[in-house]
Amino acid sequence: MVARRRSIGDLLAGHPFFADLPDRDLELIAGCGRNEVFRPGQLLFREGDPADWFYVIRRGRIALGIGVPGREDLIIDTLGPGEVLGWSWLFPPHVWTMDARALDTVHAIALDGVCLRGKCDEDPVLGYSLARRFAGILSDRLAATRLRLLDVYRAQSRG
Amino acid sequence: MVTPSDLSALFGILDELGYRTLGPTVRDGAIVIGEISGISDLPIGITDEQGPGRYRLRDGVAGAWFGFAVGPQSARAHLSPPERPLLEIRSRGPTLEFVEPEHHTERTALFGIRPCDLAAMEVQDRVLARGPHPDPRYVAARDTTLVVVVNCGVPADTCFCPSTRTGPRARSGFDLSVTEVVDQTDHYFVLEPGSEAGVEIVERLEHRPADRAEVNAALATTEAAVEAISRSLPEQLNGRLLAAADHSRWDEVAARCLSCGNCTMVCPTCFCSDVRDTTDLAGDTATRVQVWDSCFTLGHSHLHGGSVRADTRSRYRQWLTHKLDTWWDQFGQSGCVGCGRCITWCPPGIDLTVEAAAIVGGG
Amino acid sequence: MADPMTPLPYRVTAKRRETPDTWTLDLEPVSEPIATPRPGQFTMLYAFGRGEIPISVSGLPGDGAPLRHTIRAVGNVSEALCDLAPGDGLGVRGPFGTCWGLDGAEGRDVVIMAGGIGLAPLRPAIEHVLVHRDSYGRFAVLVGCRTPGDLLYAGQLESWRGRFDVEVEVTVDSADPGWHGDVGVVTSLLPRIPVDPDNIAVMMCGPEVMMRFGARAMVERGVAEVDIEVSTERNMKCAIGHCGHCQLGPKFICADGPVFPLSQVGPLLAVRSL
Repeated sequence: MVARRRSIGDLLAGHPFFADLPDRDLELIAGCGRNEVFRPGQLLFREGDPADWFYVIRRGRIALGIGVPGREDLIIDTLGPGEVLGWSWLFPPHVWTMDARALDTVHAIALDGVCLRGKCDEDPVLGYSLARRFAGILSDRLAATRLRLLDVYRAQSRG
Repeated sequence: MVTPSDLSALFGILDELGYRTLGPTVRDGAIVIGEISGISDLPIGITDEQGPGRYRLRDGVAGAWFGFAVGPQSARAHLSPPERPLLEIRSRGPTLEFVEPEHHTERTALFGIRPCDLAAMEVQDRVLARGPHPDPRYVAARDTTLVVVVNCGVPADTCFCPSTRTGPRARSGFDLSVTEVVDQTDHYFVLEPGSEAGVEIVERLEHRPADRAEVNAALATTEAAVEAISRSLPEQLNGRLLAAADHSRWDEVAARCLSCGNCTMVCPTCFCSDVRDTTDLAGDTATRVQVWDSCFTLGHSHLHGGSVRADTRSRYRQWLTHKLDTWWDQFGQSGCVGCGRCITWCPPGIDLTVEAAAIVGGG
Repeated sequence: MADPMTPLPYRVTAKRRETPDTWTLDLEPVSEPIATPRPGQFTMLYAFGRGEIPISVSGLPGDGAPLRHTIRAVGNVSEALCDLAPGDGLGVRGPFGTCWGLDGAEGRDVVIMAGGIGLAPLRPAIEHVLVHRDSYGRFAVLVGCRTPGDLLYAGQLESWRGRFDVEVEVTVDSADPGWHGDVGVVTSLLPRIPVDPDNIAVMMCGPEVMMRFGARAMVERGVAEVDIEVSTERNMKCAIGHCGHCQLGPKFICADGPVFPLSQVGPLLAVRSL
């Protein structure tokens, strides 16, 4: 028996980020998407590159870093299955703020930000729905970043 | 019924029975608990004037043995001394040897303990003697202590034992109870033994059964004390202070509280302790000493280089919430026995009955 | 009457450095042992002349295993304990406190979330589940720490990762060059594992802030607060409910804790400076 190849829409529907999105919107978004596979160590994009895409990670992990002289190989953050990479497609000047590199074999759906921005402009309801979801991601990332800023694991000074 | 001259033989009897006697005596302008050997050590004819942040002695009813309330001390200092050696540790070889000090528990009679302080002893029993890890030092002291409680006829303004149901008359838990009846014409004592030891003492005293009038007069004495007490603690505080952890009143009282800890030093139920470690100069013998501690110290809640309760507000809240509220969750009763000492000995005169009422009464 | 404040003499039999400031000591009794501790419990360790501190048991006890403790040298007493060498003596009192709800978790999925030194009190629980693997459902261990050099029990984590019946995820707050693992807070690992809120037991230990974030992430996934256990800590002088120092509201951490279901202790931890 030949396994049916799942469509982009099917893959997106199974992803937590797009849960509860009406089928019509899912179809619209899927129209802007394509399957991508990255090899371990492959560079996805560099800080400063135009950010016209965002990625819905299905398998594997992506490491984010920032170019600091003398600390080039430093990973700032890692994203894994179930997570979404990239919101700069939504906000001008639409450039990536970090480098991204695949840590292992990564299967992701790449979504065309330019195409999606156009569709959101035409359909504000879809636009609002997407914007709300990305705001949720930003909020979670901010909370996690603040927790890291607290440096909770450091040894406290003696009282 | 015992006359004053006959009761004065009590001290000799206690001595014969092998007790050292501690009781009320005047020192440094206050009625403290010290070693007494006869009625000349008692504050006869003296009374105390107490108010928030105020304590004075003055002349009271002439000839009365017990015309006063409580001073700054209670039975607590005898049962749990402020400093008590715990261990000596020897490091002669690679491993350590732990040596418990000898228990020197002298048979002691606590004479003139008030009903509130007797109730406080029972509160401390539940913490230190009846949990899963009884404190052997406390138990040894308790087991060798004879309690002669004196019911109250002259309460202080700061007393509020009726509202905590801990006085002014003791119902049980004593070896001997004494009520003094003194007025224009009469002066005598009505005694009630509460144990075999108490019976033994009464039998050695010149006494006769009290008649109906004498018993009534004794009851009237403590009834009069109840009438004279106007302060009261709100009822049913369990759960209500903890629930009001963000009440603005805590900020208000924190502005007055000095975090001096006097209240915890004079409170007869407070049990917080610390352990001090020292070594000798040779470095092969160390000691551990248990000392009184107070939740008002910054170090009490020390954690990871800081304190959980870093400000006066949170420390006052801890003390009051524990004493009146969470003590119920922990030990099934209130931690407060209505003795009023914390009100008297607080330099800015903070009154916990007023504070508690303000917090739960929506004040 | 036995004196609950008198330690039993023990000696160090082995010492292992886990991170620049953390050591694991294996202990054996000089003569009489303490009762066998259960995962989650702690003992009071006495260093000669310095004092006592509460330290959680960090290795699964029983069957001839030594009494094992992982200690971070951050204060007077902990530094003295970390200076001990095999053969040196110390005092041990205990065991005290409540244990991880491993019995109640049987038949359920288990998720363990550990931050920093919080992995130490959880290691006995992890070891217990692995020894009795058939008694539990799916098993996941999520570990977070400051930097790769601060990771406790790295070798053991690696060998657990190699098993097929437990999912182990490790992340660091801040990487150094050469770290090719995950970077981010430990709560960010949660989406990686399946969570069935109706059949789960969660055990967490780490800095209080981390546990609050972790609890929130769990509750957002539908886990009931009664199914989340946390291990708390406070200043302790006696560990027997007499010194009054370890109170958190009505709870004595030494006797009612240190392990609590979040439903009991969450509201108390939420009050500032309680």
